[in-house]
Amino acid sequence: MSDVLAITEHRQGELRDVSYEMVTAGRELADEAGGDLHLGVISGDVDAYADAVNREGVDKIHTVEHGDEFNHDVYTQAVEQLFDGSGASHLLVPQTVNGMDYSAAVAGNLDVPLVTDAIGLAHNGSLEVTREMYGSKVETTVDVNSDKAIVSVRPAEWPATEAEGDAPVEAFDADIDESAIGSTVTGFEEAAGGDVDLSESEFIVSIGRGIDEEDNLDLIEKLAEVTGADMGSSRPLVDNGWLAKNRQVGQSGKVVTPDVYIAIGISGAVQHVAGMKGADTIVAINTDPSAPIFDIADYGVVGDLFEVVPELIEEFGGEAP
Amino acid sequence: MKILVTVKEVAEPEDDFEISGLEIEEKFLEYDLNEWDDYAIEEAVQLKEDSEEDIEVVAVTIGPERSEETIRMALAKGADRAVRVWDDAFEKGEVLDPNAKARVLAAVAEEENPQLVFTGVQADDDSIGGTGVALAEEIGFQWAAVVNAFEYDAGDDVANVHRELEGGVEEITEVDTPAVFTIQTGINEPRYASLRGIRQAQSKEIAPKTLGDLGLDDSAIETPIGINEMYEPTSESDTEYIEGSAGDMAGEVAELLRNKGVAE
Repeated sequence: MSDVLAITEHRQGELRDVSYEMVTAGRELADEAGGDLHLGVISGDVDAYADAVNREGVDKIHTVEHGDEFNHDVYTQAVEQLFDGSGASHLLVPQTVNGMDYSAAVAGNLDVPLVTDAIGLAHNGSLEVTREMYGSKVETTVDVNSDKAIVSVRPAEWPATEAEGDAPVEAFDADIDESAIGSTVTGFEEAAGGDVDLSESEFIVSIGRGIDEEDNLDLIEKLAEVTGADMGSSRPLVDNGWLAKNRQVGQSGKVVTPDVYIAIGISGAVQHVAGMKGADTIVAINTDPSAPIFDIADYGVVGDLFEVVPELIEEFGGEAP
Repeated sequence: MKILVTVKEVAEPEDDFEISGLEIEEKFLEYDLNEWDDYAIEEAVQLKEDSEEDIEVVAVTIGPERSEETIRMALAKGADRAVRVWDDAFEKGEVLDPNAKARVLAAVAEEENPQLVFTGVQADDDSIGGTGVALAEEIGFQWAAVVNAFEYDAGDDVANVHRELEGGVEEITEVDTPAVFTIQTGINEPRYASLRGIRQAQSKEIAPKTLGDLGLDDSAIETPIGINEMYEPTSESDTEYIEGSAGDMAGEVAELLRNKGVAE
């Protein structure tokens, strides 16, 4: 028998959606490996979180009460002890910013192999993980020939488990060494405030690396103006300081759900797609026919934005700058 | 004070490429400094430039001789010298276990004895994203992952950082030093190497080291993780392609926007 332990995640008093996805991924692997699914709930209001995440397919929930917010030293210690204590063979953690802050430390301390950013899990005698390389251009399957393994799971790759469950909840008495805690969270900051909240937008024209130069942004601003759209962007333009943080669509920016989303010169990296795949209709304009953005677009225009966008501006009675 | 910056030369496939066995064929690959590492180098060099105390910035890489060209870019941007670890044992293919890589980098860190270590959040090619934290654990340093703001005065016991969480929220954190920080893109504006910098880089040291030189053997990078298949993902999309001249395509997109009622 080969049990699975999956770790949940919360922030500022709320369980994060990825926790319900961990239930789905964890159940899938537990079925493959023929074992039970344990969940770990660490820090904060653990009883409320345990209650919320008690969904179909969960066999047991372990809670560790210690502190309010995520702290990697608390998580590292608690997860190590839970992994040992639960007797699980496989540990699943979310490949989130906080997951990335403890998964490799746990793996190193326990001397257990770590495979990150899984998009598929199988078990045929041994663990087999599907993951991407080269910015989603290739997929690989990775074999893990080890009795125990840690896998981090890409968010939004598995659906959330919605149906309620009735797993027993047990407080786990973790021995947390306070002297090992070497970092302190002093607060949170909303970095993406500003003149427009794209999560409320119905129509977004979004621009990526394909724009080449900051001066060329006039073209997209004009298109947004004549069509009445809000302007969004992918990460590199914000990193370059060309657009404000509140324009960034994606995992670390805004998650948007407009009626129409036009992605212009955006390749469609997974972090960007995570923020816009909920749009009703996605139109992609890109010169590269193999760009991953076309995998999720409803309508594809394989073409040069510097030719197509001026024409589009004219369609709405404007003139390209 | 010393800052160690881990850098990696990453392979980027062209738009059209072919896979042979478990690798993309060499002729379809271009090599460059990993984007995240560019920001990590810049952060270290800025700290050095802004500090009254002497700070040495040492770049360390695991890479074949070819990667020296890329490492020299880090030197041209202001790193003082570099260490390049390579060994026949690495020829077997990418080391997929972050803790195996961390063991190698830890051996270098123990020789260099830095106060701070900067790594990129992840490498563009294998997208593992675990080496920095694994390294911290291996050498007993504190750490913070996905840092997009960094403040530290040489000699202080604590660094003040922001960690970039999902959804536009940043966590403000105090981290005890010595520590490893995995640096997120956007934390600064990486400079272009100046001509003077490029000239100076020619005379800067890139020290080659084998596993043996570091007191390690092949077992340090042995891992039970191995790729058994590599393929191009099949698209599940049912994208409707709009074709024709730029004008035709724009016309159809315009009609679509009107039909959806979002533009007039």
